[in-house]
Amino acid sequence: MNTPVITPHVLVIGGGPAGLTAAAELAPRVDGPVLVLEREAAAGGIPRHSDHTGYGLRDLRRVLTGPAYARRLTETALRAGADIRTRAMVTHWAGDRAVEVTSPEGRFRVEARAVVLATGARERPRSARRIPGDRPAGVYTTGQLQNAVHLHRRQVGKRAVVVGGELVSWSAALTLREAGCDVALMVSGYERTESYGAFNLGGRALLRIPVANRTRVVRIIGGPRVRAVEIERLDTGARRTVECDTVVFTGDWIPDHELVRTGGLELAADTLGPLVDTALRTSRPGVFAAGNLLHPVDTADVAALDGRHVADQVRSWLAVEDSPAPGVRLLAAKPLRWVSPGLLRPGDPAPPRGRLLLWTDEFIRVPRVSVSQAGRTVSERTLPWPAAPGRVFRVPWSVVRGISAAGGPVTVTVR
Amino acid sequence: MSKSPGHGPGPAPEPAPVHDVIVIGGGIVGAAIARELSGHTVSVALVEARSDVGDGTSKANTAILHTGFDATPGTLESRLVARGYELLSRYARDAGIPVERTGAVLVAWNDDELDALPGLRKKAEDNGYDRCRLIPPEEVYELVPALGEGVLGGLTVPDESVICTWTTNLALATDARQRGAAVLLDHTVTEVSADDGVTTLHTTGGPVRGRWVVNAAGLGADRIDALFGHERFTVTPRRGELFVFDKLARPLVDLIVLPVPTSRGKGVLISPTVYGNVMLGPTSENLADRTATGTSEDGFAFLLDKGGRLMPALLDEEVTASYAGLRAAIDHPDYLIAADRAQRYLLVGGIRSTGLTAGMAIAEYVRQTLAEAGLDLDERAELPPPPRMPYIGEAGVRPYQDAARIARDPAYGEIVCFCERVTAGEIRDACTATLPARTPDGLRRRTRAMNGRCQGFFCGPAVEQLMSEHGPHETPCHEVTSR
Repeated sequence: MNTPVITPHVLVIGGGPAGLTAAAELAPRVDGPVLVLEREAAAGGIPRHSDHTGYGLRDLRRVLTGPAYARRLTETALRAGADIRTRAMVTHWAGDRAVEVTSPEGRFRVEARAVVLATGARERPRSARRIPGDRPAGVYTTGQLQNAVHLHRRQVGKRAVVVGGELVSWSAALTLREAGCDVALMVSGYERTESYGAFNLGGRALLRIPVANRTRVVRIIGGPRVRAVEIERLDTGARRTVECDTVVFTGDWIPDHELVRTGGLELAADTLGPLVDTALRTSRPGVFAAGNLLHPVDTADVAALDGRHVADQVRSWLAVEDSPAPGVRLLAAKPLRWVSPGLLRPGDPAPPRGRLLLWTDEFIRVPRVSVSQAGRTVSERTLPWPAAPGRVFRVPWSVVRGISAAGGPVTVTVR
Repeated sequence: MSKSPGHGPGPAPEPAPVHDVIVIGGGIVGAAIARELSGHTVSVALVEARSDVGDGTSKANTAILHTGFDATPGTLESRLVARGYELLSRYARDAGIPVERTGAVLVAWNDDELDALPGLRKKAEDNGYDRCRLIPPEEVYELVPALGEGVLGGLTVPDESVICTWTTNLALATDARQRGAAVLLDHTVTEVSADDGVTTLHTTGGPVRGRWVVNAAGLGADRIDALFGHERFTVTPRRGELFVFDKLARPLVDLIVLPVPTSRGKGVLISPTVYGNVMLGPTSENLADRTATGTSEDGFAFLLDKGGRLMPALLDEEVTASYAGLRAAIDHPDYLIAADRAQRYLLVGGIRSTGLTAGMAIAEYVRQTLAEAGLDLDERAELPPPPRMPYIGEAGVRPYQDAARIARDPAYGEIVCFCERVTAGEIRDACTATLPARTPDGLRRRTRAMNGRCQGFFCGPAVEQLMSEHGPHETPCHEVTSR
């Protein structure tokens, strides 16, 4: 059987906020078709599964629920002329900018002039966190929980332990409450989990959830359904069991980087997403990346604005298929876990929203950001907003303005 | 054994049919025996305590098709593993069971292990396997560049293979069913009584009656044996914990990396799986509890320590799953297969992890033993061909890659489980198969759905939905119809 071939100008892989926004920006401005491939039954990405408000602030300048936001982004991309195919999963690379696809309409190949990877991130499930014990029912990730509750209207239990101290952990707690399940305890390895802005009110005050900081889950107990978890204080080693019939593993994100790795694109060792420059170019010419594949994870609106940013860069590539100048690596040093983008080239544009995105493992109320190159401090800046574990720490791009394009790796840290 | 007739718990409303042979245990060995016997002129019932076949020890082994190179020469095990390797290799081709002939290398990390290698080659030769080769460390690193520092030498075993243990078990049980055997699930044997040439097994699913009983109950074999009045052996569950690493780790491991067994015990192995993952394990820990299939902190710490030394790069990859299997270790150095003519009862005990490979040969041996003990067994003239199992390996073409198949039935183009690329068509098929999936775990073993790196993040609820749409209509006592 001959494989049908589709040849759009731009192929966007992943129909979440980043991919849909990129497609909406590109479709009217590119002299050829823009195709979005989405493996789920509907486009929209993670917000589809998250039936609470708080979406769209930075990109749409309004606040919507997750599903409404997902619908709006999808409609906007369609109206702009993008072709969105759902239930269409990219399974293999078939060339530098070509892929094999499986869908109910058949198996086909897409050969594009430019590709945007926007495959997002997922939460590490229990197995990847290497937590031993029984293997009972009632153990979820936030994604699974919200998928089950919002899209499939399934019952969960009555008493839950939420593992994680990130923004998404509060989102999970909200979903549990809507589903009639109490949160017995939120367990976080971080020193503190109280710096969550809007969620702080919505979370602590409204939900009144007891939080165990500097604590980890060491065992799951029960069968056929969860009966309890055993937890341990990181500082004292003291252990106790907490009864529950539901455990939700939240956050601890990992980019969905399968295509990055099977394609042999260079990987950023810190984010585990593809290594990109501020134009969001990957190591393969004509292949770009956007959204939470690059920074696991920032909010949906920030992912969407990556999409807007990458659209201009894709258009430049389509106009002149040039090779970018050599650059220098940007690396995060402790207590920072990662920084995105990880490559700085002379002459490149500022990154999306003029911000470097970073992740901290320590809470610093008044952070002083320091950038150095070849042992020399290039810049220092005190920021008026805290660096808090569990959410992205955003730093103005200008902190790296003084670096030298030939001076070797650049390091960013905070104290 | 209860000698008094008719004193089982609760009288059955109607006398159950009398099977010629009842096989207790729906693991690899029991399923193979049921299949073998139902190819002959006897009626067979396969009785399984759990709600699916292959849901005990057989589901959680290291899934290696062994040449038998390291068995103890001269034992029944040695003979049956070698014969089973041939039988199962052929059957796998006919039934579409995923097998990859990856080969193996035993890696020596210290002088004791290095010194043991020539003896192991000699042992292999004594077992009739003469293709092992001693190789220097450089060659070991050529075979597996990702190995950690400190390799002193190796021994190759080019014919060791990896196989899908789940499909093997399901193929054998499906074949038995298609040959007319009754498959009785959720039938835990609680008591045994005998009367006038007929043995009645009292089970949680009602009485099951037969002329001969074959005990292939694995972890429960000693208890069944005791119900027949024997005290021959004790099963000690030996827990083995395993890590399954993400498919992205697969390029690190192209063949099975085996530890060298020495007097100080066995180490852990690193093995590719037919699903394209990498397995690290097992631990080995004797337990008292036959249901302790949980994983432990100590086990994880042991595996991470070992794995970190064997192949440091492996630990940078994500763990997709961890689980624990219980091996049925017994206080007897060989397989224990013996018929009791007076009781019309045959024990198949002490079948350790080699049972996956040896299963079909064990079945052949059991059939011969039964014939010698007086059971009339003539080959049936007309037998259905082996079932063609859904292909869930990575080496061949999966439905999602098959354009012609998708064109005929778009359900094979609808990928539901993204990580493992399982389609709606395959889930439907598994729910309507001869031995259908009745639980999420049963579906995992038939399709790989939800076995991937996201462990259900995306597909969990959608898969559940499909299962409830296509789910089997359960018959009383979960009986998969008897003839």
